[in-house]
Amino acid sequence: MELVKLNIDGKEVEVPAGTTVLQAADEAGVHIPRLCYDPELSLAGACRLCMVEIEGWRGMAASCITEVSPGMLVKTDTPDLAEVRKTILELLVANNPELASNAKGNNVLAKYCEQYGVKDSPFKGETNYYEIDDSNPFIVRDFSLCILCGKCVRACTEMTGQDNLGFLNRGYDRKATTAGDVDYINSDCVFCGQCVAVCPTGALSEKSLTDFARDELKTVRTTCPFCGTGCNFDLAVKDDKIVGVLSNPESPVNGRSLCVKGRFGWDFVHNEKRLKTPLIKKHGQFVTASWDEALDLIAERFKEIKDQYGSESFAALSSARCTNEENYLVQKFTRAVMDTNNVDHCART
Amino acid sequence: MAGLATTFGSGAMTNPINEITDEAELMFLIGTNTTEAHPVIGYKMRQAARNGCKLVVCDPRHIDLVDEADYWIRHNPGTDIPLLNGLMHIIIKEGLENKAFIEERTENYEALKATVAKYTPEYVSSLTGVDEELLYEVAKLIATTDKAMLFYTLGITEHVCGTHNVMSCANLQMLTGHLGRPGTGVNPIRGQNNVQGACDMGALPNVYPAYQNVTLPEVQAKFEKAWNVKLPNKVGLKIPEMFEKANEGEVKAMYILGENPVLTDPNSNHIRSGLANLEFLVVQELFLTETAEYADVVLPAASFAECDGTFTNTERRIQRCRKAIEPIPGQANWQTICMMFNKMGYPVNYSHPEEIFNEMASLSPSMAGVTYEKMAAKGIQWPCPTIDHPGTPYLHAGKFTRGLGAFQAIEHQAPGETPDSEYPYLLSTGRILQHYNVTTPYSSGIASIWDREWAEVNPHDAAVLNIRTGDKVKVASRRGELTTSVKVTDRVLPGVIWMSFHYTESPTNAVTSDVLDPITGTGEYKACAVSIVKL
Repeated sequence: MELVKLNIDGKEVEVPAGTTVLQAADEAGVHIPRLCYDPELSLAGACRLCMVEIEGWRGMAASCITEVSPGMLVKTDTPDLAEVRKTILELLVANNPELASNAKGNNVLAKYCEQYGVKDSPFKGETNYYEIDDSNPFIVRDFSLCILCGKCVRACTEMTGQDNLGFLNRGYDRKATTAGDVDYINSDCVFCGQCVAVCPTGALSEKSLTDFARDELKTVRTTCPFCGTGCNFDLAVKDDKIVGVLSNPESPVNGRSLCVKGRFGWDFVHNEKRLKTPLIKKHGQFVTASWDEALDLIAERFKEIKDQYGSESFAALSSARCTNEENYLVQKFTRAVMDTNNVDHCART
Repeated sequence: MAGLATTFGSGAMTNPINEITDEAELMFLIGTNTTEAHPVIGYKMRQAARNGCKLVVCDPRHIDLVDEADYWIRHNPGTDIPLLNGLMHIIIKEGLENKAFIEERTENYEALKATVAKYTPEYVSSLTGVDEELLYEVAKLIATTDKAMLFYTLGITEHVCGTHNVMSCANLQMLTGHLGRPGTGVNPIRGQNNVQGACDMGALPNVYPAYQNVTLPEVQAKFEKAWNVKLPNKVGLKIPEMFEKANEGEVKAMYILGENPVLTDPNSNHIRSGLANLEFLVVQELFLTETAEYADVVLPAASFAECDGTFTNTERRIQRCRKAIEPIPGQANWQTICMMFNKMGYPVNYSHPEEIFNEMASLSPSMAGVTYEKMAAKGIQWPCPTIDHPGTPYLHAGKFTRGLGAFQAIEHQAPGETPDSEYPYLLSTGRILQHYNVTTPYSSGIASIWDREWAEVNPHDAAVLNIRTGDKVKVASRRGELTTSVKVTDRVLPGVIWMSFHYTESPTNAVTSDVLDPITGTGEYKACAVSIVKL
């Protein structure tokens, strides 16, 4: 593999040939602002926020689509660049100045606006108005927050392969939408939510998370409880309640990709029908009991049955949904306490 | 899993998921509707296919991946073995088998050769309904591709001949030398999040953790020493046998953790009568399920979000499950099980699941080098025998677990029940994208959009039955009946009705067959005879 040396903001970096300047900067720990770039998606060069200065080059270069070359001298943070980025941001929020301040949901754009001192747009003109699409239980779409970066289109095509999203119209009427420009619920959407995960403005957001700014949520990385793929994601928690799932590029199996169950099926956890206390059946009716009452009864009856009918009269069904530790304990209990190998789980069903 | 254990000596997915996009040149799918049952793996297959990786889909149903495939083999349900034998017949006849691999890595090749000799293209075409020309093209493609990954799921295993189906898949990959390298392998994609782990932990009647046989005296002695107790050396009951014995009155007490066999096991009436016949039943569950209704004591379970622990995915990757909120029932499941130990007079005092994991690892040679710390970021794929071992992405490099790979000579076997004049349709079952077995109906968002069963019926049959999409029908078999809404679609072949099993209102497993694979005890969910009547 051919390596290329370059200098970014005074830091010497060595990266494989073909790497972009933006990726090289990430390698070097230098953050270049970006909105349309995503490591899991093809390169678009659409938002222009990642402009850098390269010595000897005329004008500025969009670092996300510029490949490194030997000896490049790159500057990512100069007064001229700040000025240009500020103007780009002002243009991006022209249709809806609310974008500059709305920190709800996953609005990365608002963070950059804060950084570059953009509160409103001096570019006043006709603005588009679109109805908000909240036709489905999972995803809210608000075109007034869309900057046409096209990440959702690329995510739908390149990550999921569902090809449900695309660009419609040209110029002022351009929009990133479903085939036939219908609501999500009436489209071919499979609600994997990859479009939501990559959206940098909150134009697409998780319905359950729209009321929260990201930094007020605690996140806990874990493994999905549904199928055997073993996707990782972060549970978003607020006041000891799960409020959503956020995916992340570091997950070894799935990266940012999830399916409708993993991303949106978590609310079974807080279903009101969850059992909260042990129940003992008395005269055909379940009555609530304390843990001690329930487990004393279990121990008493298991002992009686084992003594009366022998160990082989007991059987345990463990669970392919439970953790390894729980499964280990169930088989140990069956073998070491109940003295039988009658333990199985639904691997065969 | 028994099929691969016999052939290779290890019953797990051989190669990692990311080799689909990183390594494979051909994907051969048989009996797996991956984009619905394992969506994220399905995305990767789509990405690979669009990047030039060849895709062969063998499925009687027009699944989504058919639209991405280079070849679609739409064989009749229950004819996987003749299909695979037919492909091998052509490969051998054309001299395209991997002679070096067969010579160095396998045994019993002559028996395979003799058996598949009977499966001529003409004969196979008559059984499977697949054109001979297509068989030739696909056979040649597989044999001449360097890196080919074979995938299957329950479409292969949930048959009376499930184990033999699996062995046939393994035969094909050994014959063509597609094992023991990146981008190859025999890859069963496991269903539940921790079905691999539950097996690895020894929640099976014949093995302790890490597949150590309960009948081996040295293994027994090791666990007796570790657990400080005398242990039984007789192989225990499999699930179907448990319910058989419960019906017969020999099994008297059961503890069921996190399973709902009334909804998920075949022939649910037999499960119900078995549960009703128990003297004492304990069910630990998130919800008051159909199974929990039969319990004498119900223990509330904590969900994945409330537990620390680990899950092992289909590619043997042990990963952390981390507690995000306090347990809704007040305590985690491991604590409840520990209470059972202590109340029964066997003292345990684990203070955290990590201690349980470490005890398991210390008794399990293939996981001895795995720790919570090592798995924290990316998980660890077993085998990982020592603390400095990085884990094993793909199995059988250079040598199979059992030494030589054992070809198995497998003959065609028809489903246990075939359509007749009384029950003229073949019912096949599977998962849909939006639901996961029986948990997702408790997700309000998911339940609000996908709220009922939509049984798929071919337009030809719909015309005969005079039914349209949205109509209700009664589906009956020799074991039970149910009602369901119908969707008319050519995704299914004429003569076939296809249903999922996620809905209490349309309990598909009231009608499914109780025929079992005699080797594993797996139910034949994929084929039974039913009648359909418009309501």
